[in-house]
Amino acid sequence: MIKRPEGFSATEYILFGAVTIVVMVACVCLGSVNIPLGNTFKVIWQAVRGLSVPDELSPAVILYVRLPRVFCVALAGAGLSVCGAAMQGLLRNPLADGSTLGVSAGASLGAVTAIAFGLTIPGLPFSGTVIFAVIFAFLALVVILTLAYRLDYSLTTNTIILIGVIFNMFAGSITSLLITFAHEKVKTITFWSMGSFAGSSYKNALIVLIAFAICGTVIFSYARELNSFAIGEENARHVGVNVKRVKLLILIAVSVLIGVSVSISGTIGFVGLVVPHMTRMISGPNHKRLLSASAFSGAVFLMIADLVARVILRPLELPIGVVTSFVGSIVFVYIFYTSRKAK
Amino acid sequence: MLRVIDLSVKFGSAQIVKRVSFELEEQQWLMLVGPNGAGKSTLINAISRGVPYTGSVLLHGRNISGMKPQELARHMGVLAQSHNVAYSFSVEEVVKLGRYAYSGGVFSSPPAEDDRMVDEALEMTGMTSLRGHSVLTLSGGELQRTFLAQIFAQDPQLLILDEPANYLDLLYQKQVFDLIREWVKKPGRAVVSVVHDLSLAKAYGTNAVLMHRGRIISSGSVGEVLSKANLRVAYDMDIYEWMNKMLSQWQ
Repeated sequence: MIKRPEGFSATEYILFGAVTIVVMVACVCLGSVNIPLGNTFKVIWQAVRGLSVPDELSPAVILYVRLPRVFCVALAGAGLSVCGAAMQGLLRNPLADGSTLGVSAGASLGAVTAIAFGLTIPGLPFSGTVIFAVIFAFLALVVILTLAYRLDYSLTTNTIILIGVIFNMFAGSITSLLITFAHEKVKTITFWSMGSFAGSSYKNALIVLIAFAICGTVIFSYARELNSFAIGEENARHVGVNVKRVKLLILIAVSVLIGVSVSISGTIGFVGLVVPHMTRMISGPNHKRLLSASAFSGAVFLMIADLVARVILRPLELPIGVVTSFVGSIVFVYIFYTSRKAK
Repeated sequence: MLRVIDLSVKFGSAQIVKRVSFELEEQQWLMLVGPNGAGKSTLINAISRGVPYTGSVLLHGRNISGMKPQELARHMGVLAQSHNVAYSFSVEEVVKLGRYAYSGGVFSSPPAEDDRMVDEALEMTGMTSLRGHSVLTLSGGELQRTFLAQIFAQDPQLLILDEPANYLDLLYQKQVFDLIREWVKKPGRAVVSVVHDLSLAKAYGTNAVLMHRGRIISSGSVGEVLSKANLRVAYDMDIYEWMNKMLSQWQ
């Protein structure tokens, strides 16, 4: 018997929000050097009031290294997770996420191209990596949808997934080719491709925030339509959903958000796949609840993964993608097997 | 109420439905019958704008190709042949989606009658006691009734049913068909359904269209269409006697 409220309640927002803030604060305090909680609050409070902070309180570490990094991690985690939840609903497939569609591979190819050739766009305040990742994510989407449309005019999910898998391989091969000829930039590209938030700035956080605010609003506003897609694309059409338009808008929103996240942090696997999957077990499949719960869970999951990446071999830092893929794959196998056994 | 004019459907070079025309008035229940591969499901897919077609489909004199999806859903409810739900939505959540056609923008609150319509639809289909159950735990028949409840909640004027007896045992087939017969009695309503069981078609239909290889062999009242001669042409065997024998179970 299922008795769930229709949407995310105020209490749930407060609860999930409180957990997110607690984890956020922990991630600012902990790292290669642990900073006492009191000092962290004092530094942030002084900075907010525009007052100078004594050097012994490590203001540079808190304000210019950890705080922007934690903001970037939380926003990217929330974004990737929301994208995964949206893709899994839209394609009615619990194994779908940005990488299934080929968007992550497209964004990654764009970013690697920008790094390998040192490309920037004059006059734009953002780095070339961001712009190229978003452009290539868009192009990937256009190529995938065009090919899918030519095969099957109704853009069925199976066709999109199939084309996405093929595009993943194609983009992967081009990326490998670029890396082969990247010479001295191979190390940078390799580290970036494994995923890392090292060097995150407030500018990066602002870019992800803007992308999340715009694309997240689009995705959240289609929660009801995502429910109908999750029940079945044919059913969505029968109840009156403008299937093609809604699908296209959600895919665009997802590709932009993934493109921006990938450009900031590199390819981070499993967040968009595992977090919505696990969240759905608690919140249920209704996207009015699932999207909000996934945003918070994704932020918390990625912040903890980033913390583990920073502290487990300190002073060395692991690429975050290693942690998320390691934990994610184990959790995923566990979920997959238990759910199969339950059937 | 419904006019289908010269409707054709082509997949690649294969012509699946060939220049089909028929009409349906209020309070009529049209049975689309014919052997496998006759083009029945493709025809109703085209009528519900699921596949591209040439020709016209007029509903109350208006071409449905000009209607927005929500407007079309307010006029036409479609029950698919099979349902493959992947997530554990509750029965009530699935039925509530039937009210999507009446919803406004993101920030608008749902119309007041939504809850009443959902309750009524659940009651009509006997699904009230299962409203909180996950659709993944339902039997085929319960799932079919859940989606039928969704259509009743949608409150359309025209029901398009593709094999509504699918997954239903004899008792539920009778209950569901009796339910639809009551539903269509109200003025302004009509039903088009694909049915394989000719005895069901004869027992419940008012009109029929008999198809064979994408074309209409015969259309008109059920009695006229399901004649011995017509059925022999469509099925290439004598199934008239069998149909009449099976008819007794519905009477």
